[in-house]
Amino acid sequence: MVSTEKPRQYKVVGTRPIRPDGVDKVTGRAAYGADTKAEGMLFGAVLRSPHAHAIIKSIDTSKAEALPGVKAVVTARDFGAHAGGGVVDLGETRGQANYMQDNVLANHKVLYHGHAVAGVAATDQHIAEDALALIDVQYEVLPFVIDVREAMLDTAPILLDDLRTTVRAANSTLPTDKPTNIALHMSLEKGDLEKGMAEADVIVEREFETGMFHQGYIEPQNATAFWNRDGEITVWTSTQGAFSVRDAMAALCKVPVSKIKIVPMEIGGGFGGKLGVYLEPIAALLSRKTGHPVKLWMTREAVFQATGPTSATYMRVKMGAKRDGTFTGAYAYLAYEAGAFPGSPMGAGAQCAFAPYNIPNQTVEGFDVVINGPKTAAYRAPGAPASEFAVEAVVNELAEQLEIDPIELRLRNASKEGTPNTVGQPFPRIGAVEVMDAMKSHPHYASELTGEDVGRGVAVGFWFNGGMESSSSAAVNSDGTVSLILGSTDIGGSRASLAMQLAETLGLTMDDVKPQVVDTDSVGWTHVTGGSRTTFAGGWVAYELGMQIREQMRERAAQIWEVDADKVTYGDDGAIHGPDSKTMSFAELSGQLAATGGRIAVSASLTKNTQGPAYAGHIVDLKVDRDTGKVEILRYTAIQDVGTAIHPSYVEGQIQGGVAQGIGMALNEEYIYDDEGRLRNGSFLDYRMPVANDLPMIDTVLIEVPNPGHPYGVRGVGEVPIVPPMAAIQQAIYDAIGTRFYVTPISPRRILEETMPD
Amino acid sequence: MSNRVKTDRIVITAKINGDERTFLADERDSLLEALRERIGLTGAKEGCNNGNCGACAVLLNGVLVNSCCVMAAEIEGAELTTVEGLAGPEGLHPLQQAFLEEAALQCGICTPGFLMASKALLDENPHPTEHDARFWLAGNLCRCTGYDKIIRAVLKAADQMGSNGR
Ligand code: FES
Ligand code: FES
Repeated sequence: MVSTEKPRQYKVVGTRPIRPDGVDKVTGRAAYGADTKAEGMLFGAVLRSPHAHAIIKSIDTSKAEALPGVKAVVTARDFGAHAGGGVVDLGETRGQANYMQDNVLANHKVLYHGHAVAGVAATDQHIAEDALALIDVQYEVLPFVIDVREAMLDTAPILLDDLRTTVRAANSTLPTDKPTNIALHMSLEKGDLEKGMAEADVIVEREFETGMFHQGYIEPQNATAFWNRDGEITVWTSTQGAFSVRDAMAALCKVPVSKIKIVPMEIGGGFGGKLGVYLEPIAALLSRKTGHPVKLWMTREAVFQATGPTSATYMRVKMGAKRDGTFTGAYAYLAYEAGAFPGSPMGAGAQCAFAPYNIPNQTVEGFDVVINGPKTAAYRAPGAPASEFAVEAVVNELAEQLEIDPIELRLRNASKEGTPNTVGQPFPRIGAVEVMDAMKSHPHYASELTGEDVGRGVAVGFWFNGGMESSSSAAVNSDGTVSLILGSTDIGGSRASLAMQLAETLGLTMDDVKPQVVDTDSVGWTHVTGGSRTTFAGGWVAYELGMQIREQMRERAAQIWEVDADKVTYGDDGAIHGPDSKTMSFAELSGQLAATGGRIAVSASLTKNTQGPAYAGHIVDLKVDRDTGKVEILRYTAIQDVGTAIHPSYVEGQIQGGVAQGIGMALNEEYIYDDEGRLRNGSFLDYRMPVANDLPMIDTVLIEVPNPGHPYGVRGVGEVPIVPPMAAIQQAIYDAIGTRFYVTPISPRRILEETMPD
Repeated sequence: MSNRVKTDRIVITAKINGDERTFLADERDSLLEALRERIGLTGAKEGCNNGNCGACAVLLNGVLVNSCCVMAAEIEGAELTTVEGLAGPEGLHPLQQAFLEEAALQCGICTPGFLMASKALLDENPHPTEHDARFWLAGNLCRCTGYDKIIRAVLKAADQMGSNGR
């Protein structure tokens, strides 16, 4: 279902063509990172820490090196100098180079179970794995801390000796000169919180915890690297950002970016988890040592132990409202763990928490805390699902206490164009009200829900969407087609959505545009495929390319016809028109370019600091089985302001996928550590992601409130759908069995503790 | 631990996607490893290497198996179909076409496994209900799509195959 604010006449935008890379992906021909083959290639494996926190006293690699077939072993020492504290921009997150290096290969301490300690290259995969057992590492085991609140205590074991608290909070009492696990204490303030709370007739305050959730991409991290004798490095890898990998490699391997070429292979999912580097530098060091290309890929267990996840959190949210439902004040306390190195997405969580609402008086206080777990990575709307879960759950409780319909309560307080956000900047044109209106009038919301232990819940979600830098080039071919060269790796259909925007601009068909993703030597700097930015920023670049081509085609026709260029127009169907009914199709003119002054090739780059924010509203019906604790999702409706849906099928797909991940967070997914700080469920069997028979069809409603800040009205769509599910499901479970859960996942075990207390 | 490492090679002959192939493998190779690294058929993907994601699914003598859980040595004399063998000379298999038309893939890493599992489903049950398809495909993980469009594609392909007698 698509509803449009202002129907616009597009020919290609809004249609559902088959994606250009489709055939390769259904026939097994598409080459993903682990499919890489290079002449003389060696196979690698990585030794990982069995401890949560320990000093590495010694590493003896001699036995492993002596194993026939083993070509090299590397440890942190092979990096040579330690990377400086410079910052590498990973798009949705940033990393300090020295910490990145220590995460890739542990320096003198291991900081989590699964932390990489050494890498091996051998002539055969089995030999590389055998060699791991021959590396002798002596550890001095240290006390560890995994819980975010415990890590904040003065008595907690300290992970990083050099870490001091950065304070960006007005009334912070934290010392800034003592070793600590608290990397950052910040606050965002608007209005007068005390005054806001004093004006309230009803106040609800609750505490929440959310688990560590993994992105769960099906393709493990991989990298093949070749460090040539002339010092040139080539890396074939599955990544969301070829250029961010290049920057990270340059910082960690201490070589200029010009010596590094990243070849982005097809990528089997990322969701934010494939922005940084893990194996790439290890493969490069092994290649330098052996002179051969070296391929590495992670075991699934290593993926869980050492990549991703998103932050586990502890949160408190307090909101006040008047009898008529007007929100008067709001406070949030957000403690996010970052894993073993600073940099949780707490800041984004803080800015998103109250963004759906116009609340004049609010304070958000946040903490970024290191713990003995894997360094967190971005995960779809990083930071937002947790903070908005807490806020939305409180809003649902307020609605109940005020006896106001929960969607109506949201509508009364909805952010609109001009509403100042949490940092005081006015929102541009946004679709929050449209989404909430559509929720209220959706037949799902009016439908009757019958049966025992069934319940319904609603929640909304907000996400900024990123802009950032994109580059592309295009060339007109003699047969009237256009090659489109992209810097954005294609994680779920962006070749299609970008080619469609160029085709639309040129009045051509989708088949006339040939998109191709290329390596970092072949296109201008392009930011990661993340932040819901690719179809937005990349599409804008495609539009610019199209406009340049139109201009040059007009000039060329004018030359051929020997008339002034301003007498020549470019038609919506791609035909070029001159005086006296002269006309040439795009293809006809394309065929004459070579003979009349040369072929046409153009390029464009742009940087957009902001984008159109996205809103989503979800309605869920479910049934709780009191005997097993299992929750069955009966019906799910996801309504979203998508700006303009370039390829509606892939927009729906993004929403459905985000919802499924959100359902996983709400009900089942969770890292489980044992008493020694070891991850106990590092497999797809025990880290329980939704499978096909856990879910119903997921109905989507695409509301199109075009983003005025984009030639085709595009808003990012990929991230916001993961935001509402936790709160909607928490509310629906309450509706079903009368218990409000404040800890996610609301797993069968937690439900049984309520329904069968003995 | 002994320093001696076994790298014993074995010769295996099997019919792969219709052609008899003889190849050299390590006796410790799983079928998935042999397909990907010895034979060069990388359509089957490794998602977990322990039977929990279905990305490596192939048909062994017509039976759906996770190739990471089968030893290469076990396929001696067998008939194997991988995703590379799904499209015939006449074009894409209806399942492949339906996956494209229904946008049933985003990143596509799970697609080979879903296609092979769906083929096995339709071989056994040409007219599955949504419920049948969801339960049959519960051994295949997809993290991108929420399964909605995959299920629609499978049901569509079943419909089309039913009506044109394939
Ligand atoms: S790789 Fe074989 S089931 Fe996952
Ligand atoms: S399409 Fe990405 S895992 Fe299924």
